[in-house]
Amino acid sequence: MITFDQVTVQYEDTAEPVLRDVDLTVEEGELCLVVGHTGVGKSTLLGAVNGLVPHFTGGTLYGRVLVDGRNTAEHPPRELADVVGVVGQDPLDGFVTDTVEEELAYAMEQLAVPPATMRKRVEETLDLLGLADLRHRALHELSGGQQQRVAIGSVLTAHPRILVLDEPTSALDPTAAEEVLAAVTRLVHDLGVTVLLAEHRLERVVQYADRVIHLPGSGRVVSGTPAEIFRTSSIAPPIVELGRAAGWTPLPLSIRDARRAAAPLRTRLADTVPPPVRPAPTSGRPELLTARGITVTYHGVPAVREVDLTLHGGEITALMGRNGSGKSSLLWALQGSGPRKAGSVAVVTPDDPKPLDPRKLSAAGARRLVGLVPQTPTDLLYLESVKQELDQADTESGVTADGIRSRTILDRLAPGIPDSTHPRDLSEGQKLALVLAIQLTAAPRVLLLDEPTRGLDYRAKSELIRIVDDLAAEGRAVVISTHDVEFVARAADRVVVMAEGDVVADGPTTEVIVASPVFAPQTAKILAPLPYLTVAQAAATLTDHGTDPAS
Amino acid sequence: MPRTTASAQAAKPPVSGPAPDTGGRRLPRTLHPVAWWIWALALATAVSRTNNPLLLFLVLAVLGYVITMRRTEAPWARGFKYYLYLALTVVTIRVTFRAVFATGITPRDHFLFSLPHIPTPDWYAGIQLGGPVSLEALLSAATDGLRLACMLCCIGAANTLANPKRALRVLPGALYELGVAVTVSLSVAPQLVQSVQRVHRAKRLRAGRSKGLRALRGIIVPVLEDALERSLRLAAAMDSRGYGRAGTATRRSRRLTGALMLLGMCGLCAGAYGLLDATAPKLLGLPAMGAGAVLCFAGLRLGGRRITRTSYRPDPWRFAEWAVAGCGVLSAVLLFANVGFNAAELNPSIYPLSWPTLPLVPAAAILLAGTAGFLAPPPAAPTRAALPPQRTEEPK
Repeated sequence: MITFDQVTVQYEDTAEPVLRDVDLTVEEGELCLVVGHTGVGKSTLLGAVNGLVPHFTGGTLYGRVLVDGRNTAEHPPRELADVVGVVGQDPLDGFVTDTVEEELAYAMEQLAVPPATMRKRVEETLDLLGLADLRHRALHELSGGQQQRVAIGSVLTAHPRILVLDEPTSALDPTAAEEVLAAVTRLVHDLGVTVLLAEHRLERVVQYADRVIHLPGSGRVVSGTPAEIFRTSSIAPPIVELGRAAGWTPLPLSIRDARRAAAPLRTRLADTVPPPVRPAPTSGRPELLTARGITVTYHGVPAVREVDLTLHGGEITALMGRNGSGKSSLLWALQGSGPRKAGSVAVVTPDDPKPLDPRKLSAAGARRLVGLVPQTPTDLLYLESVKQELDQADTESGVTADGIRSRTILDRLAPGIPDSTHPRDLSEGQKLALVLAIQLTAAPRVLLLDEPTRGLDYRAKSELIRIVDDLAAEGRAVVISTHDVEFVARAADRVVVMAEGDVVADGPTTEVIVASPVFAPQTAKILAPLPYLTVAQAAATLTDHGTDPAS
Repeated sequence: MPRTTASAQAAKPPVSGPAPDTGGRRLPRTLHPVAWWIWALALATAVSRTNNPLLLFLVLAVLGYVITMRRTEAPWARGFKYYLYLALTVVTIRVTFRAVFATGITPRDHFLFSLPHIPTPDWYAGIQLGGPVSLEALLSAATDGLRLACMLCCIGAANTLANPKRALRVLPGALYELGVAVTVSLSVAPQLVQSVQRVHRAKRLRAGRSKGLRALRGIIVPVLEDALERSLRLAAAMDSRGYGRAGTATRRSRRLTGALMLLGMCGLCAGAYGLLDATAPKLLGLPAMGAGAVLCFAGLRLGGRRITRTSYRPDPWRFAEWAVAGCGVLSAVLLFANVGFNAAELNPSIYPLSWPTLPLVPAAAILLAGTAGFLAPPPAAPTRAALPPQRTEEPK
């Protein structure tokens, strides 16, 4: 279906080619998972399939890409629209019309499909993706999962043989992601569509993949069955890491297979006590922030309802819940910059015996009490180089010559970012580190991060865990809102779950996360009822007991 | 999958199969946008003919009636009140200017009040500021303003009744790109507003300056970068979905189209010049205009032919469309025909000052335009049950 023949892609502004001598064949009806760290050329590989690389992006493509017998060198993307459907990360970016039905018809209108056929295909697609009751709705008022399904439907109506999905679930909460992935697997199994899928959160998709294309960096590409590739690949979901640690062959890829393979392991671990993921809380952690009865409403619709929250120094709290459950609103209200209808926030400061309310202070004052990194960190960046941003941060925070400058903080968070780089050219993880450094310049003792894990790969997430660990060790209180349960299992001391503006659960990570079948991380699902949360815990126990894991 | 179909069917009966407008003209459907535009423009033309405040108020009443009867719940259909505000502003400005830039007062006028006279320098002698203001001057300014306001409201009514995006689809194939550009900018504008709000809110987090040029830069740079990235992604998405597929155009036919359009435009320009300038030779007027129009039309047709595109659920043109467009045009024709009424009644004199009379035939003509309110099929009722619980807006 798709053939890459000695393909090399070289962009003008880089010294090394992004892809080098790639030979690759994808058969019809395969669900092909493309894995690799950020910046190794996943998007380039996917873009080459429908000719966006190099027709749209520029650069030079050597070699030959054949898609359903057509050479992309002679066919620009628009001429391949009837063979390849492309869905991007943020569905809203690709919408041309404004209602569901018109969006579904758009590609067919371009392909000059007769009106009667169009009508029929729209109805079929509405049913196929479960969109029938949304047909007349405006696109912008749909939820993220619904929008992404419309985006998939809008390319499906052209009846493409290949579907290319570039991180289709990275902007979605777990439920919406499930919804989209279920639709995708259905297409593969029922219609025999060939799917090429790039995804950071491998734990969500690995069990569905027929083939994995691994980009280890260096521009090469390794392709094979999931079990082969994940035996050695540098990135792997927790289930695979556990399988490797326990020496299971073949590697199980679904929770069901892993649980069956794990029966002996569970017996062996039965009497052990898992080492704590994070150092046990020392007693007497100071209360840094006390919020009482926080209520936030937008146009009369409550987003946060009378929430009480206390944050302790040295504690990392994960804030979880669906999209729209009030997480962001709560964080903004705690910081004092967002609206707050009722309630009080009191932040303890070392200089002042009386606790202060950030809402009642100036922006600069609030910032010294509570730092917030918003969902889109780039909203805070507007200068031309990293150095300018950092200098500006020093001025804004009034850092004196002998104080800790933002450059020092940044070097501690993410070493090796050159001064002259444009902030927009940084990777997602580096941007996050830069904004974090800017916010930390004001030395707040409470730090709130709104969905920092979005768009981060495994390596960047491990970095983030190290950073927040250090921040907590310095005695700060850190709150992270996130959907990523694996991240929470490794990073958080405490989990707060919100639903419709209420706090529905609040407690130590082990208790909150394991109790819920949806929220449980993969390791917990496999080893339940044992209280293990992460692969590292299980691996450490296995080595401590000196047993050969393979036996 | 079975779950979703079941719930969809429970929510409302399946509407697959033929379009819901085949049974008869009373089934709810949206009227062809061009029909509404013809109706509204014809009414505006009729309005341009009269100065009679009674007739003008009658037009406003007719517009109000038709809009209440036939508008939908869509966002663009909620905009008529803004046109009314605009109309009110027009009248106010007109009257204020007339009072301030006074034209003096004659013995026949009714003196109303006097504004302090501001002497103007010699080189500015033509215009007088302040001075006595007469009732007649204000009345004539008000009726003039009202006429303009009425015409504005007619355009407003067309925009309220017809979906602007569907109206753009009527454009000839050769102008399709223009239509897409407008559609895209319409959908990008709200996103831009959202982006500005988000960045503005985020600024406080950094405690940057909130006033001055630097602060503006702090908002504009992220917003523009955001918008640029977004539009690049949109362009890529449109390209991958087949936008701009070349049809069967040959190089020759493309050149021919270009030549026809260029010549046609020249003809139109020359014709307009000939018509407007009295000293120009007679030959330059109407004939050049006509030739230009024909050439342009041929160019558009030829250009449209190379574009291979179909349209999803095109709006049909049926009896209701004929009826609505027809009643609008008929009322304009009646007002211009000068049959059955005295033309002076359309523009009642304010000397001597008297209550204007309501001429029978023009009033009937305007009421006739109002029949569009029931000649047009009712718009599809919004499916309230299918509406979602409102999403809470979180700061993003």
